[in-house]
Amino acid sequence: MTKAVERSAAVGPSETPYGSGAGLPMRGYKADEMMAVEASRRLTSKNVCFVGIGLPSLAANLARRTHAPGCVLVYESGTIGAKPTRLPLSIGDGELAETADSVVSVPEMFAYWLQSGRIDVGFLGAAQIDRHGNLNSTVIGRYDAPKVRLPGGGGAPEIATSVDNVFVMLRQTSRAFVERLDFKTSRGERVRVVVTDLGVLEPREGELTLVRVHPGVSVDDARAATAWELAVAPDLEETEPPTEAELAALRTLEAAA
Amino acid sequence: MAEIVTLADGVRELVHDGDTVALEGFTHLIPHAAGHELIRQGRRELTLVRMTPDVVYDQLIGMGAARKLVFSWGGNPGVGSLHRLRDAVEHGWPAPLELEEHSHAGMAAAYAAGAANLPFGVLRGYEDNDLVQHTQVARITCPFTGEVLAAVRAHRPDVGIIHAQRADRGGNVQLWGITGVQKETVLASRRSLVTVEEIVDELDDRPGAVVLPSWVVDAVAAVPGGARPSYAHGYYDRDNDFYVGWDEVSRDRETFTDWMQRHVLGSVAA
Repeated sequence: MTKAVERSAAVGPSETPYGSGAGLPMRGYKADEMMAVEASRRLTSKNVCFVGIGLPSLAANLARRTHAPGCVLVYESGTIGAKPTRLPLSIGDGELAETADSVVSVPEMFAYWLQSGRIDVGFLGAAQIDRHGNLNSTVIGRYDAPKVRLPGGGGAPEIATSVDNVFVMLRQTSRAFVERLDFKTSRGERVRVVVTDLGVLEPREGELTLVRVHPGVSVDDARAATAWELAVAPDLEETEPPTEAELAALRTLEAAA
Repeated sequence: MAEIVTLADGVRELVHDGDTVALEGFTHLIPHAAGHELIRQGRRELTLVRMTPDVVYDQLIGMGAARKLVFSWGGNPGVGSLHRLRDAVEHGWPAPLELEEHSHAGMAAAYAAGAANLPFGVLRGYEDNDLVQHTQVARITCPFTGEVLAAVRAHRPDVGIIHAQRADRGGNVQLWGITGVQKETVLASRRSLVTVEEIVDELDDRPGAVVLPSWVVDAVAAVPGGARPSYAHGYYDRDNDFYVGWDEVSRDRETFTDWMQRHVLGSVAA
């Protein structure tokens, strides 16, 4: 089983549409699928979730199709309670508006709905993260002379300070899990969990600590993919592999994208 | 009262070199055709304002129309980077591009303040991050509660350009679906140009529609398909394949320039 777990190429989230694609092994699953499944398990039917495009959208929609049908999805384009039947490519796809409970303007979305504290979970991705959960989605290198100019913060700076629970999804590599960010786009104070393709990190005693490894992944793998000295929880667990039902729902979503 | 014009005339009359221009549309109703007309008419030294500069701003920047970009997220949604924007920022091609970078919440507040004819917008934002050094933001203290909040200077573009589904013959504009920040853009701007899918005799009710009365709009131009490859709710879908394909077209300077020559400069305005 574990041999079928393929490591994805290390690319920043801004470069990545949906993660895993074609060429699935007959049995088993891809690392990105484990990541999406594990992130989806963090959502419940009581959550109102601010969703970004890509892996977060995949995870949130998967949660709605499995154990959390009541989870409310909010996309920054202004769609509240969107119920897409296929994964949107952009946060403003027409189906999000057609299936939403309410469609509001962008100023209203950020003022009345996000900053007011009505949304309790926000998913964020980034190119870099530090041990405190601070994120960089702005630039690699110096701001004024960048090596790589990334798309930028978008909604992230205020999502990170307005929702109570920030969930981060990010592929784990030593280029992404850095000692020092090149740029701080959003603060990490409210980051409750970081789900990677290798495992799960949670803040313990002020720094992100490895609390789970996915099946077939060792602590050394996670350490090698982290540029800071990664703390490991004494009660480290192994993630439950995706169930048949989770995988089936995930692949149906991806196939319809 | 809004004048019904051709796109070419509307752009010629309303947009001048050196202007601050906001083309808005949040994924939906992006005024691509108007952006192309700015390129065809060779506008230069523009300060381009937009929350989510995507393909149409990549094209404007790559063709050398922009001096400065005011924005909060510059990417190809669901696909990746904007290569022309990156080339301008990273290598100064075809010209250096000054950046004024915000968050979405900050941009939205700045537009709303502009629409209200207020000098600044207020938000609970820009907390503890490096953006503060690269944008126009200040801290203010609430006179009632003492809470410290962020203030952003209002957006007051010279020209606001949006695309809408319809207008009537009197120049009243109607848009629905995801309406983004378009109403604020028109109200915040000194001059405004609206392209529409069609001009009709009468605007019937649509759920959630925004109507901009003719007297807050300067010019309306009928440009069917004027949002493509973005979409117009009720008219046509987003061309997701185009967005995916743009990654390859825009990666290389020569391929990009050639594409623009064939698909934009070589064609005429509707």
